[in-house]
Amino acid sequence: MNAEVRAIKTSAEQALTSAYEAARASLPGKGAVAALREEAFKRFDAKGLPHRRVEEWKYTDLRALMRDALPLAVPPDAAAKAKAKDAGKIFAALNCRRLLFVDGAFVPEASDLTPEPGLTIGSMADALAKNDALVAAHVGKVFETGDSAVALNTSLMSDGAVIHVAAGTVLERPIHLVFASSETPSAAFIRSLIVVEKDAQAIIAESHESNVSQINCALEMVIGDGAQVDYYKATQTRGLHVASLLLTVGAKAAFNTFALNSDASLVRNQSFVRFAGEGSNGGLRGVNLLRGKEHVDTTMLIEHAAGHCASREQFKSVLDGQSHNVFQGKIVVKPHAQKTDTKMMTRALLLSDEAEADNKPELEIFADDVVCGHGATAGALDPNLKFYLMSRGIDDKQAEALLIQAFIGETVEEISHEGFREAIMRAALEWLETRG
Amino acid sequence: MPAVQETVDRVRQIDVDQYKYGFVTDVESEKAPIGLSEDTVRYISAKKNEPAWMLEWRLEAFKRWLTMREPTWARVDYPKIDYQNAYYYSAPKKKPELSSLDEVDPQILETYKKLGIPLREQEMLAGVVRKDADGNVLAERRVAVDAVFDSVSVATTFKEELKRAGVIFMPMSEAIQEHPELVRKYLGSVVPTTDNFFATLNSAVFSDGSFVYVPPGVRCPMELSTYFRINEANTGQFERTLIIADKGAYVSYLEGCTAPMRDENQLHAAVVELVTHDDAEIKYSTVQNWYPGDADGKGGIFNFVTKRGDCRGKNSKISWTQVETGSAITWKYPSCILRGDGSRGEFYSIAISNGMQQVDSGTKMIHLGKNTTSRIISKGISAGKSNNTYRGLVTAHRKATGARNFTNCDSLLIGDQCGAHTVPYIEAKNSSAVFEHEASTSKISEDMLFYCRQRGMSAEEATALVVNGFVKDVLQQLPMEFAVEAQKLISISLEGSVG
Repeated sequence: MNAEVRAIKTSAEQALTSAYEAARASLPGKGAVAALREEAFKRFDAKGLPHRRVEEWKYTDLRALMRDALPLAVPPDAAAKAKAKDAGKIFAALNCRRLLFVDGAFVPEASDLTPEPGLTIGSMADALAKNDALVAAHVGKVFETGDSAVALNTSLMSDGAVIHVAAGTVLERPIHLVFASSETPSAAFIRSLIVVEKDAQAIIAESHESNVSQINCALEMVIGDGAQVDYYKATQTRGLHVASLLLTVGAKAAFNTFALNSDASLVRNQSFVRFAGEGSNGGLRGVNLLRGKEHVDTTMLIEHAAGHCASREQFKSVLDGQSHNVFQGKIVVKPHAQKTDTKMMTRALLLSDEAEADNKPELEIFADDVVCGHGATAGALDPNLKFYLMSRGIDDKQAEALLIQAFIGETVEEISHEGFREAIMRAALEWLETRG
Repeated sequence: MPAVQETVDRVRQIDVDQYKYGFVTDVESEKAPIGLSEDTVRYISAKKNEPAWMLEWRLEAFKRWLTMREPTWARVDYPKIDYQNAYYYSAPKKKPELSSLDEVDPQILETYKKLGIPLREQEMLAGVVRKDADGNVLAERRVAVDAVFDSVSVATTFKEELKRAGVIFMPMSEAIQEHPELVRKYLGSVVPTTDNFFATLNSAVFSDGSFVYVPPGVRCPMELSTYFRINEANTGQFERTLIIADKGAYVSYLEGCTAPMRDENQLHAAVVELVTHDDAEIKYSTVQNWYPGDADGKGGIFNFVTKRGDCRGKNSKISWTQVETGSAITWKYPSCILRGDGSRGEFYSIAISNGMQQVDSGTKMIHLGKNTTSRIISKGISAGKSNNTYRGLVTAHRKATGARNFTNCDSLLIGDQCGAHTVPYIEAKNSSAVFEHEASTSKISEDMLFYCRQRGMSAEEATALVVNGFVKDVLQQLPMEFAVEAQKLISISLEGSVG
């Protein structure tokens, strides 16, 4: 009944503890960084892996799902790097600046580091080792949360991207962070930091592909006053993928995120977003396509700490086989965050009787002059619509595909960038085609 | 607009006396020794002259309770309850063997009179003969009342008439003596003794409550009603209600509650179990107006209640309607287990919190049978410094094909120091389940208020009008007698929240 009840440590927890103890000395960063790790590890150690008694992890019991912890990733060899050249296919057609990471480690030689005014790109490992000022100012501070998956990431963070976009800069090209994995199953703890200063504009994309690896990645993002950021994340991983987005938005800023999960075995995408300045707009959207025994959990905490902000959350999930989709969205409106306007919508389409869709849209409101709403639906395809199409000579499978496309299309259409909209729709259509 | 004067009067009346049920009745009472132990359980059981199986059942629950921990997941915050510093049984001292209502302690009758509850049948009967324009006698609905005063039921009206229809309506303590086979069969079958901390505590120490059995095919000829009254200081009230509607039966049951104003917190941990067989229907309405504490949050009732209905038969129906205005803390989730194929569950709720009140309430609709349907309409209104949470679960299991649910939970905030929260859990485990959920939170629109004010209404009147419009969907579900009372309660509860 109570979350504080601490069970005996599982073998995965024990393995993580010994991995941390063994790696402590060799992990990048000394002094303040080491103290940050130590403190985070203590938090993780006290709570252990999140389990179903932890409300935010009610439907994704990581303690049960993570039987054991894989060894920490070693720097990739030449073969692994060569193999990763083709990774990130989903956004390949777009003219992006590619940054490659294999097993969590930055591969500068396969990354596009052409200089651009106002843009600084570096690796997190270097920044931590040098105790870089930007990293010192933000890492672990963007959105403080008691979540133990984030704490575990902080204690074992090894590498990732550090991107700084100077005030007023409008990036020429989108930045694509390509995360690939080698053949050897391993555990990677990726930490990235993106700071977009005042009035700057950036488009960031992230693609994850992996074999049976265990990935725990966290991205801290700071969006300055008047800045505009679009962030896309495509996850097609065969192992365990736990991703945390920690985001703070300044005043009069705008951001949009879109997450696509297709053919991903076990994903937890959690977002922690704080509207810290007035007059900002944000949109969080996503499409999940599940089959087999896949499990995708989208959890978000949207905190409106300042007034006059608007946020839109819209998520669609298509479930086939014995898959399990989880959506937990919590909107918190702090006292005095008047004139907040939020709308959250989550819809699940169940194609199979063995699939399960759990929705938990939450509102927590402490200000009176707000307009907040949420909606949730779960159901099967409308047989009348299918009949309509079939009576016009479209076969069963095609009719279903059309209806599914229309269902997810509503959310995908919201993407303003044409290239990304098409890339994501194409990936979704590929999934539909391979649906048996 | 004829309503205006009435509204003004109502508001004025409330001005001087916000919680008008806060008086204490001076009745000599006997109590169990303070504290909770196996002896307390034995004491209560002995007082009620219960058979051995009942005592055993209680003791089992008590043993279980000792191993349980108080739940902390609800969004409520209250000082730790000292379970050893309360009385678990209190009964007005009475003359032995009551033969008629006249022998009930006049003080108690007076109390119920002050609460506006007619216990005397003759009064009721006098009230029902009304004639229309042509002089024909109009039939009017009558209500049978069971009045519970602290731990015992003091009077039940219309017993004879109900008996003729075959309906059993009596205090639980009498039912244990007179219909042990029914009680044994159904008691704890919906809310098991192991269910949760407060339900288990109730199982161990429950004192009284109502027992209703409606035999097959019988439509209960009148509304049944229970009024609960906590009078004694430092006493917990633990009543247990069990309602069974056999095949094709129908019953409508109303429940009202009040308590005196005291500085201390008092615990009310009730359990209500409903069972419907094939084609039966139970309509359960509550107007909960326990003492909510003063403006600083001092005193008030802790209302930790477990209510659950089991739609056991095919095409059976259970409907919960609640108007929650009282209690310092409310922790209450009237639920429906939709086991029978084609069964239906409904939940209509208005929860109003003001001052320092905390409400965490909602429902559970558990779809197990095929083609089961449920509907949830919840309206939360927060004012003052209160917090109001809707927490609900809708779930359809693998075999519950064709399950349908519609949920609508709206919150209204009055003032900028209160909170309104919504925590719905929606779990679909088969593809033919269709679930729809919508929620909104807003404040009373300035435009609406302006419109009303422009037509000469005061701020209070305008607010009351808008709020009544907001909760109309739920009020319509209440039996007429209660709807009027509920409407009054709403304006009382919102007193002082405007401006």
